[in-house]
Amino acid sequence: MSSLRHSGFVRVTHWLTTLAFLALLVTGVEILISHPRFYWGETGNVNEQPILTLPIPSSRSTIPNGFSYTLPDQNGWSRYLHFEAAWLAVITGVSYAIYGFSKGHFRRNVAPAPADLAPRTFAHELARHARFWRAGEHEASSYNVLQRLAYSVVIFGLFPLIIWTGLDMSPAFTSVFPGAVTVLGGRQAARTLHFAVTILLVLFLAIHLVMVYFAGFRERVGAMITGRLSKIEEAA
Amino acid sequence: MSDLSRRNLIKTGLAAAAGVAGLGVAAKVAGAYGLIPPDSDLLYGAGNSLTYAAQRMLTRHSMAQQYSRDQISKKPFANEVAPLPAEFARSQATGFADWKLTIDGMVARPKSYSVADIKSAPKSSQITMVGCEEGWDYIAEWSGAPLAHFLDDAGTLPGARYAVYYSIQPDWWESIDMADATHPQTIVAYEMNGAELPVPFGGPLRLRVPRQLGYKSVKYITKITVTDDLKKFGKGTGGANAEGGYAWYAGI
Repeated sequence: MSSLRHSGFVRVTHWLTTLAFLALLVTGVEILISHPRFYWGETGNVNEQPILTLPIPSSRSTIPNGFSYTLPDQNGWSRYLHFEAAWLAVITGVSYAIYGFSKGHFRRNVAPAPADLAPRTFAHELARHARFWRAGEHEASSYNVLQRLAYSVVIFGLFPLIIWTGLDMSPAFTSVFPGAVTVLGGRQAARTLHFAVTILLVLFLAIHLVMVYFAGFRERVGAMITGRLSKIEEAA
Repeated sequence: MSDLSRRNLIKTGLAAAAGVAGLGVAAKVAGAYGLIPPDSDLLYGAGNSLTYAAQRMLTRHSMAQQYSRDQISKKPFANEVAPLPAEFARSQATGFADWKLTIDGMVARPKSYSVADIKSAPKSSQITMVGCEEGWDYIAEWSGAPLAHFLDDAGTLPGARYAVYYSIQPDWWESIDMADATHPQTIVAYEMNGAELPVPFGGPLRLRVPRQLGYKSVKYITKITVTDDLKKFGKGTGGANAEGGYAWYAGI
């Protein structure tokens, strides 16, 4: 078992999260185009000044965005699927967090080693990535420091934040936990942050895919499915 | 296939079977406790039911967030409504003097109330948010009489589970469970920000359900029917919005 690059638990939760994330992203975009404007504070509507308006057409005719046509309304099924996928993401995420802490996965595989964060070592790793050097031998069984940092930010920062800001938009949730939304500055602030975190997660996904591509797409994706790097097996 | 993987396969199969059986039992128990929303289907039933069941266990008695007076929106937005029927204009011409709100169904004494009757009932005010499913919102002060007052007055019969409510707009109706119907913040609103409830915001009477999204706060209500089974209404999914593909439970 120790020869596996990814444990079974990590592989299953990785793909469940992928599935949930893609469903959340597609449906999130559908919901967003019914009001592609962002505000800060508690309230925001077409009578108020937005802090950001996306230059895209909307699925509502009430949006003054300069487009002469209205996109079809897809909010019904999008909302059902968004919240169903959110449940999948939350249940998977909580299971993964319990696994990560109890089995030492976070400590061993995700948390960056203090030595690797030393400026010289870190700068070297950064330069290596910038030049798209091939992954070293030791990386077959372990994540490098940039991976560990990126994964830590996503697992402990962006995922909790996107769930938190999502829940803040629920009037029933805030009836029980009003502090969860007021501490962020209000419901529209939470909605704006929900969008900002989405952008960061999409950026992460893009970089993640580019890195997987440069490290060897078939091999790396194969390892996330079977747990093994094919080359290592051949050598063994 | 090696013995090890066969054993794993059998174990996985058993676990999956146990999981499916467990879900079946959970669904039965949830159904018995009224935790399955009427619009649960094969595709989205799992997520929809989890949300409703979790919220009902968490929020049965919670109070919608209230805001301070200075947080009231200077420019609230009245979402567009379908053209109002001729009978609305006729009633509006009388200053809504002939407007009636009827309560019937599973009640001991079906009744009709005029706007004046409703205004003479105990008044309740709240500074709450109307949040639209599209993403926008506004805060206003709403005043009216708790729906629970009229349900008590008409005498809700044991076994009642839902309140179905109708707008004067044709085929526009919604429903909520008794947890929301008898909730102290669910009011028959007739005032907004201290003035007569304007027509674009639902005047003369709007049912305010502040713990759910705006589309549950139906404008121009004329009738409330108490029932034990939403299957008897329309397509059985509990409202015009659910029939249009939107979730019946909108507390999220």
